[in-house]
Amino acid sequence: MKKREILIRTEEETDPRYGKPPSERNVEELIETGVINLDKPVGPSSHEVTAWIKRILPVKKIAHAGTLEPP
Amino acid sequence: MPITLNKAVKLIPVLLKEDKEYICVMKLHGDVSDKKLKAVLREFQGPIYQRPPLRSAVKRTVRIRRIYKIDMLERENRYVLLKIWCEAGTYIRKLCHDIGEVLGIGAHMYELRRTRAGSLSEKTNMVTLQDVVDSYVLWKEHGIEDYIRRVILPMEMAVEHIPKVVIRDSAVDAICHGAALAVPGILHVETGIRVNDIVAIFTLKGELVAIGKARMRSEEMVSSKRGIAVKTTQVLMPPDTYPPLWRQ
Repeated sequence: MKKREILIRTEEETDPRYGKPPSERNVEELIETGVINLDKPVGPSSHEVTAWIKRILPVKKIAHAGTLEPP
Repeated sequence: MPITLNKAVKLIPVLLKEDKEYICVMKLHGDVSDKKLKAVLREFQGPIYQRPPLRSAVKRTVRIRRIYKIDMLERENRYVLLKIWCEAGTYIRKLCHDIGEVLGIGAHMYELRRTRAGSLSEKTNMVTLQDVVDSYVLWKEHGIEDYIRRVILPMEMAVEHIPKVVIRDSAVDAICHGAALAVPGILHVETGIRVNDIVAIFTLKGELVAIGKARMRSEEMVSSKRGIAVKTTQVLMPPDTYPPLWRQ
């Protein structure tokens, strides 16, 4: 893929009082906005695997982006 | 397979549109020389017409899908190991069938594994179900964090392939409320953005604020004085993470 370059419009600082870099999120925050790159086992459907993870992790919402075969 | 949690669930429509990479075993129904097979595979690179299969989730009209690359990795008589890089929504089963038709001997997909979906590949912290269970238990019951940190990734990692627009702190909260991104809020822009491309709006701290659709090219975002640069489509950051403009 083509490497992108960065064009600068203006330079500015960011205020450390608000927000934080993704690497500084605690585990609860990670779960709140996290992504899992799952090595899906052959056999169970994507839907079933997602349902299992929902039973393990304390998440309100969960979804998957990956059905190899149309449902 | 990308799995998104809680607020990151909003990324699904974006992830579904990203390009994919597969490793596939195609089984040929007859004999053919390497030379002819390679020539036919080359023909399938570029835009191809595909009618979604009978069992499919979408309307069955012929559509165009782009195959960026097909490599033959290995071959053992009628079994051909292929690496395919293609646009989202390409049916690999159908592709194998169509390759067989053009070869004149027929073929079908024998095995399939997706090795990359957008930014998430086999090499980017791919984990098993067991990892999910183990890392969660270790964190919950023993307070060990590093394992679960390798299992649950910040959503930003799933959008690394999408061109970025970095905005000022003072522009963040309006975007969190669903506003479009106007040019004065922009600090940096990655090159190569065209009108209607999907872009990711980031803070200077590297947090994903929202996903949107470009209304300008990269160059215009930098050179224009005013105007809407990106129309917000999915907001990921909760409002009030950054202060609203009028409070400053």
